[in-house]
Amino acid sequence: MSEERKTPDRPAEAAEQSPPQELGPELLRKGLAADPEYRGEHPEPRFFFTDEAEDDFGGKTMTLNLGPQHPATHGTLRVILKVRGEKIVAADTEIGFLHTGFEKLSEHMSYQQWVTVTDRMNYMSAMNNNVGYAIACEELLGVEVPRRAQVIRVILSEVSRLADHIVCNGLAGMDVGAFSLMFWAFERREKVYDLMEAVTGTRLTTSYTRIGGVFRDVPADFDSMVKNLVTEFRRFLEEMRSMTIGNRIFEDRMRGVGTISSADAVNWGLTGPILRASGIAYDVRKARPYSGYERYDFEVPTQEGGDSYSRFVQRLEECEQSLDIISQAIEDLPEGPVLSEDKKISLPEKDEVHQNIESLIHHFKQIMFGHGILPERGREVYSSTESPNGELGFYMVSDGEMNSYKTRVRPPSIFHFAVLPKLIEGLMISDAVAVLATLNIIAGELDR
Amino acid sequence: MGTSLTPEQITERLSKQFGDELSVYLPPGERAARVAIVSRESLEDTLSFLQTEAGLEFDFLVDVTAVDYLHFDDPSIQERFAAVYQLYSTIHNHRFTLKTPVPEDDAWVPSAVELWGSALWAERETHDMYGIRFKGNPDLRRLLMPEDFPGFPLRKDYPLRGRGERDAFPQYLDSGPISSGTREEGGGE
Amino acid sequence: MGLEKLLGDNIITTSVNSVAKWARKNALWPMPFGTACCAIEMMATLSGRFDMARFGAEVIRFSPRQADLMIVSGRISIKMMPVLLKIYEQMPEPKWVISMGACASSGGVFDTYTLVQGVDQFLPVHCYIPGCPPRPESLLDALMKIQDIIGEEDSDDKADEGRENPEIETEEETEESASAEQGVAEPSGS
Repeated sequence: MSEERKTPDRPAEAAEQSPPQELGPELLRKGLAADPEYRGEHPEPRFFFTDEAEDDFGGKTMTLNLGPQHPATHGTLRVILKVRGEKIVAADTEIGFLHTGFEKLSEHMSYQQWVTVTDRMNYMSAMNNNVGYAIACEELLGVEVPRRAQVIRVILSEVSRLADHIVCNGLAGMDVGAFSLMFWAFERREKVYDLMEAVTGTRLTTSYTRIGGVFRDVPADFDSMVKNLVTEFRRFLEEMRSMTIGNRIFEDRMRGVGTISSADAVNWGLTGPILRASGIAYDVRKARPYSGYERYDFEVPTQEGGDSYSRFVQRLEECEQSLDIISQAIEDLPEGPVLSEDKKISLPEKDEVHQNIESLIHHFKQIMFGHGILPERGREVYSSTESPNGELGFYMVSDGEMNSYKTRVRPPSIFHFAVLPKLIEGLMISDAVAVLATLNIIAGELDR
Repeated sequence: MGTSLTPEQITERLSKQFGDELSVYLPPGERAARVAIVSRESLEDTLSFLQTEAGLEFDFLVDVTAVDYLHFDDPSIQERFAAVYQLYSTIHNHRFTLKTPVPEDDAWVPSAVELWGSALWAERETHDMYGIRFKGNPDLRRLLMPEDFPGFPLRKDYPLRGRGERDAFPQYLDSGPISSGTREEGGGE
Repeated sequence: MGLEKLLGDNIITTSVNSVAKWARKNALWPMPFGTACCAIEMMATLSGRFDMARFGAEVIRFSPRQADLMIVSGRISIKMMPVLLKIYEQMPEPKWVISMGACASSGGVFDTYTLVQGVDQFLPVHCYIPGCPPRPESLLDALMKIQDIIGEEDSDDKADEGRENPEIETEEETEESASAEQGVAEPSGS
């Protein structure tokens, strides 16, 4: 393991690094953890949402494990079920199987570098995370973003939202037996990937935003690509509706399963389609508009039921609204720069760096450790955006250095997963799978 | 939809109610929002006031987290840790941030679980990452790390690369062909 | 297989061997151990556009008892590693492992306290796929490389590794097991 890593470490942290370890095979076998008693234990399940958990029903209950490696868990989650026959008496959950230490990494990576890490959180819609983080940094620094960049961000965020929602619905369909939905959804997702690849260079982990704008301008046929995508998706949403809404089997599987009341949803911190499916019309794009959303005319749909079926329908409705936003935004795309002109924030063009001494100095100052983007000491900000899952918040504290002092990601999935044990009590095991599918838990965001 | 208050107005209302127990901090920079800092003893009263008072009505606890001020001398927080609460009102559409200093050797804070259910897991994660106990939280197990993990990862004195926990696993090199001969042992026995 | 003991090395056993190899490599049953973003690319590879079924690897079974190829896709944290090892133990022989993506191969972007810096420290990996995430074509290429590996290795060597039966130990075979340690074995006989 080499000490010379790619990220700029602060000199004061040399003392806090772990001692250099000679990783020979015998050391690997023995285990090198600081505490010799460390075994990596799992916590004891605690079924404290129900009073009946202590009752053994005369020895008829069985404790089963759903996950962390299971086709029905979307990602690495573990649900511990206490079942009596097919009916779930109590449930407990365990997460942390994908914990990577993103927040700790942010204290060692510079602000611009951490954009690549945000992709890997909600990997179903990477652009939304990029945009959310960039907006938080821009609030921290007080940077204005040019309008063209704002509109591009809006278009790509909404396209990512579409991709996330249709895959969530497709996987929900697969989990209750409608297998075709998943394959159709993935085929449409490939079309989104085509657009992303043309604009950002990669399919999934885009890392497209920079502080002050976006990385580079869109290609010449962006307009036609987006319009074709919109037409294609309108057709696909019709197909999805015809497969599921009014389908007796689908409705029986999903109606009345995992109902959340609106008071509960607000109390437990749920956001996004789940909150709106329970009747509360809270959308960060309307409540605290960012990146030019106030210019577009769209509604915030809500549903009455609060059950899995409502959540499914809610996501379809939100896809329709996203298509409206994209249609408006693509007409609204102005000419202009895509990155802020402030030379302290955005890297100059490469050919200018090679020919122009001022650009070279600016480039040097931004990349070299100790210079670069330096917010004010003590500045802190909490900024949130509407990701497909809900309110994605970034709480950032700066101490005047090139790395953030603290970055806290407020993931929507963690609050959604906290209510799962409460929701699936009294249901059957296959209903629990349907509830889990419509909650859209993304493990990358849940665990970070 | 009621009227939405700015953080200045909210801190005014709080100061009227709580007076000396509250201090207000304005972070640097233009367009910065005021942050209220309350002591640990008056935290419960402040939070329930914020939740129930007409005109404020913060019914949504957005997030609970903590900051470790070991390497940074923040003039407003004298202790090592500060627990941070982000609040939002769906009725009035206003937001607010609240901080509580937490000393290092006596790291506990009263829990907000009675007021908002979303505090359950947010406090659990803060405990997991920083080691701050939330008194009154019925489920204060570790959330993201294994149960017997030695240490609290997000503290500033915990190294980024850990202390060897990520290498403490047995090897399975003798079942099946080895892909490359670069290992010191030379492959299967 | 017991046939070699009865009949020795001749045209019958090599033909049976090559048929077995052909069957094994064209009907790999993958066990997708998908954790993070690479899992989404793996799901895309299994879907309509980049169809993995045309290479024979159609039967995705999430039960390790019925699989012979494990595709580790995504970052493996210290909590997930015992699960991975348990699943690997539960797979019956012969089994192969593809390490998909930068995080599974080497820890990737994340050099932190909780991420295993490469599953090849603890598991034998037969094919590494770089990329973050790798394109589906890379996964198909890795699958084809695994098929090549299966086509070239000899079941004799697999069966004899670790065995202490002196009857089988001949000069020819010690040579073969020595070359097996270096990776791809030569087919016995010809």
